[in-house]
Amino acid sequence: MEGQQKLKSAKVLLVGAGGLGAPLGLYLAAAGVGRIGIVDFDVVDFTNLQRQVIHSTRDVGRKKLDSAAEKMHAINPHVDIVKHETALSSENALDILKDYDIVVDGTDNFPTRYLVNDACVLLGKPNVYGSIFRFEGQATVFAYQGGPCYRCLYPEPPPPGLVPSCAEGGVLGILPGTIGLIQATETVKLILGIGEPLVGRLLLYDALAMRFRELKLRQNPECPVCGEHRTITRLIDYHQFCGVPKTPETKVTESEIDVTEVKAKLDRGDHFVLIDVREPHEYRICHIPAARLIPLGEVPKRLNELDPQADIVIHCKSGVRSAKACGILRQAGFEHVRNMKGGILAWSDKVDPRFIGTPCPPPLLDRETALEPPSPQKVTVHIRPCSRTDRARTAPELGLVTQ
Amino acid sequence: MARVLIPTPLRQFTGRQDAVTVAGATVGEVLSALTTHYPDLRKQIFNDEGKVRSFVNVYLNDEDIRYLSKDATAARDGDTISLVPSIAGGSAWQRRPKRSRSRTTKSCATAAT
Repeated sequence: MEGQQKLKSAKVLLVGAGGLGAPLGLYLAAAGVGRIGIVDFDVVDFTNLQRQVIHSTRDVGRKKLDSAAEKMHAINPHVDIVKHETALSSENALDILKDYDIVVDGTDNFPTRYLVNDACVLLGKPNVYGSIFRFEGQATVFAYQGGPCYRCLYPEPPPPGLVPSCAEGGVLGILPGTIGLIQATETVKLILGIGEPLVGRLLLYDALAMRFRELKLRQNPECPVCGEHRTITRLIDYHQFCGVPKTPETKVTESEIDVTEVKAKLDRGDHFVLIDVREPHEYRICHIPAARLIPLGEVPKRLNELDPQADIVIHCKSGVRSAKACGILRQAGFEHVRNMKGGILAWSDKVDPRFIGTPCPPPLLDRETALEPPSPQKVTVHIRPCSRTDRARTAPELGLVTQ
Repeated sequence: MARVLIPTPLRQFTGRQDAVTVAGATVGEVLSALTTHYPDLRKQIFNDEGKVRSFVNVYLNDEDIRYLSKDATAARDGDTISLVPSIAGGSAWQRRPKRSRSRTTKSCATAAT
């Protein structure tokens, strides 16, 4: 009874109603946490459903806040759910966080993670941290009673583009469930004051090995926000700190080319080379017919296949990998290289709306793509028909069939 | 010989191997030998000055080498060295561009994140 009252009077803020926020919201509501705030400004997309189990197909297009709050209320109508429909920023973070006892970080990007950390340290609130990548996750509790913070662990974020991006994207849909539930467990333990909190320990989870490991986490005396000589005493510009622009560039620069211009060049029969630097499995799913496949990892070794004087356009899925490829070619002396802005996503949006496919989604796809959710309905085969052989070959091997 | 555990984001640089056994008397020597064998891994782990990058933590067994003797930390047979890079994902590695909501069919491009 006493514990339940502690839960009832607790105020927990979930930053993000995505993969980690989904199990957190469901279980914290079920546990009877009195007030749960959620910060999110996104809407539900079909591609979320494979992991964000708080949302369902009928929620696609709805605000995640509304969808999540509805499910949580259905489980426990007595929870006071506060919807913060905004992107957490240096301007609003302290104001939003100050009313809560515990902050749970379920965000998906470095600027917000550093923002949440610094705001928690400045306000003296515990930050229940969880993070995932493909088959691996990390969890810990930062800034709890003077314990280490996120900056003690990682003083700086990786520069954009250095670590794997969309090429290595995708996540095992169950993974945020596992990590989110660890965060929920730690949150409830902190509220109740029971057990040994996950403080000063970084829990690593490897789903493929099905192994948990624990590393020691120490407070860094030189930490700029919680160390002995603090240089960060108020919130800073986290996008600048992480080297990422606040809003995606929409202007096409000289080193880029718009998809419509690429289409026009193809239609005119211009002499140019179109290179697709995605992975072979992505190319198999769909590709622009004129595009030649050279996966990003093979670009440095295959430069000799290309004419340094040629007019070259490079694309990937969204433009990140192709930007790297453009850099490699330019460094090697290629002069006429441009990045197709927005990649194949932009091609699909602007040039060929029929550029749809995945007629038999998971069985056809290989390991990476099978991690994405199944298509909600059958669609016509546009790019490549799916044969029985495909199904027979891939489905049993992967064990990732979701239909 | 120490065993170096390679995290998922870096496995593409080690031929998909999740662990590599490498010789070296110190953690620095082990990492140097590792990145000599897998050159593409070098710039992921070391900066231009040859220092371990600040978003990759190196652990000898369960201890952060920053609190031991850093690169000079002795590595013994049977030790496990873990590379633990910063990951940010909460639902995916990075937020993908938002697409039209009215579409009821699924884009193949979206399927291939």
